[in-house]
Amino acid sequence: MIGNIFAAVGRGVMGFFAELGRIVLLLIAVFRYVPSAFRSRRLVLEQMSVIGVSSLPLVLLVGSFTGAIAALQATNLFAKFNLLALARPFVGGSIATVVFTELSPVLTALVIAGRVGGSIAAQIGTMKVSEQIDALEMMAIHPDRYLAMPRVLAAMTMMPILIIFSNLVAILGAFFLVILKFNFTSVDYFISVRNFFSVTEILTGLLKSLTFGMATALIGCYVGFRTDGGAEGVGQSTVRSFTLSSAAILVLDAIFGYVL
Amino acid sequence: MIVIDNVYKSFGPKHVLRGVSMEIPDGKSTVIIGRSGTGKSVLLKLIVGLLQPDSGTITIDGRRVDLMDEKELYEMRRHVGYVFQGAALFDSMTVAENLVLGLYEHGERDTSLLNNEIRTNLVNVGLLPDPKSLSEDGFAKAYDILANKKPSELSGGMRKRVGVARALVGTPKYVFYDEPTTGLDPITSEQIDNLVCDLTHKLDVTSIVITHDIFSVYKVAHAVVMLEEGVIHFNGSPRQLQQSPDPVVQEFIERYAMTRTADALAPPVPPDK
Repeated sequence: MIGNIFAAVGRGVMGFFAELGRIVLLLIAVFRYVPSAFRSRRLVLEQMSVIGVSSLPLVLLVGSFTGAIAALQATNLFAKFNLLALARPFVGGSIATVVFTELSPVLTALVIAGRVGGSIAAQIGTMKVSEQIDALEMMAIHPDRYLAMPRVLAAMTMMPILIIFSNLVAILGAFFLVILKFNFTSVDYFISVRNFFSVTEILTGLLKSLTFGMATALIGCYVGFRTDGGAEGVGQSTVRSFTLSSAAILVLDAIFGYVL
Repeated sequence: MIVIDNVYKSFGPKHVLRGVSMEIPDGKSTVIIGRSGTGKSVLLKLIVGLLQPDSGTITIDGRRVDLMDEKELYEMRRHVGYVFQGAALFDSMTVAENLVLGLYEHGERDTSLLNNEIRTNLVNVGLLPDPKSLSEDGFAKAYDILANKKPSELSGGMRKRVGVARALVGTPKYVFYDEPTTGLDPITSEQIDNLVCDLTHKLDVTSIVITHDIFSVYKVAHAVVMLEEGVIHFNGSPRQLQQSPDPVVQEFIERYAMTRTADALAPPVPPDK
């Protein structure tokens, strides 16, 4: 009985590291083909449009509400302890810090993991089960170069750009909320933002988003390449890609939080 | 020439191929038959290096496929056309893009050469009429309509033909067909069989065809190989296959013939009231 439990745990741990190893190998393969990105610029630009431009409306929506909710929670907390007047000069800055370093990169990455990661897994998974990946191989086109590299590169490029937009609308969302609900003036708010946030915080957020984008696209491609079992397998891959990407984003965020 | 020597392949506990050895001569059509799950498609994928054998050797034109690195494999595949079971056309691309993707991705940008390749191969598979039979404008119009269609706009038979046309791009020495007539009606199946025969003779390619269709065997094959439970059960000419007293071979032929006869003898549809 205990032996079986140990065996199951051992298999799980070995399976995890085997899978992690395969994802790292795919990452190495993708970087090996990055020098050919200019030659494959049409593919990279297509993916930048799919991942970036098409995701922008959703990112703006999520960003604006993220800022508003962060502002609501922060100001409510100060108001609860009758510290709002005292905290007024710090509210804008604290919202900016939490939005730039945490909320905007993580929430946007989770949204992109659902929208883009799942779609990458489904698209490549469908190609796998319908032998289109084999067809590429037969044309001497490496799937890592043709499918994975453009997606990973596009996600790494577009995620920081999406985060810049998300940051902007989040700050505006928070601004409108504190003005309408807590009677802040725009001078109160923006002076606080200017005084208390640093460029390093924005850069930290952008660095995180680049890593999250890479992880999401990489996992989407990896899961897609390992799809089998027809339509059901494709469905499972979509869910699996979102689950793994979300977990990877949170783990990477924790590592960033510890290291930076 | 392709030589397969004592090849074994398993997927987990399932032993798909167990010591398969055969030779495929140049310029002929070899048909591989057998029940589902006997390893026919696996054998084809082993020959082109899409899968690796557990043991044994596969040689194409004197070079060991199982020892080739990625670059050598890609070089070898440029001489091999592969028609996949479901055609495996790229859904997001037009017929023309599907045909010349390989050339384009390998740096070929000469539009007239690419267009010529598309045109020639669509004519070869009968999707476009002979240019001499139409006016220049008529042919250009027919070409434009077909070349710009997406795979979703084509019938099953047309998709298969586009798959064959794609396999012929770059004038390969070998063309492999994985169940080219599966899922097609008898008339379209016969057209595809005729196409395989024509291409083998006209373009002097070596063809390997996987099929369940015994009528395709008689139509297409110079040599027939029957796989049964991962081993070669029969290897000979179509006539030898037909005359074989082996019960497994006879059962395969009879069962298939019975299926076809049953289709032919299906009860007539009642008239409209």
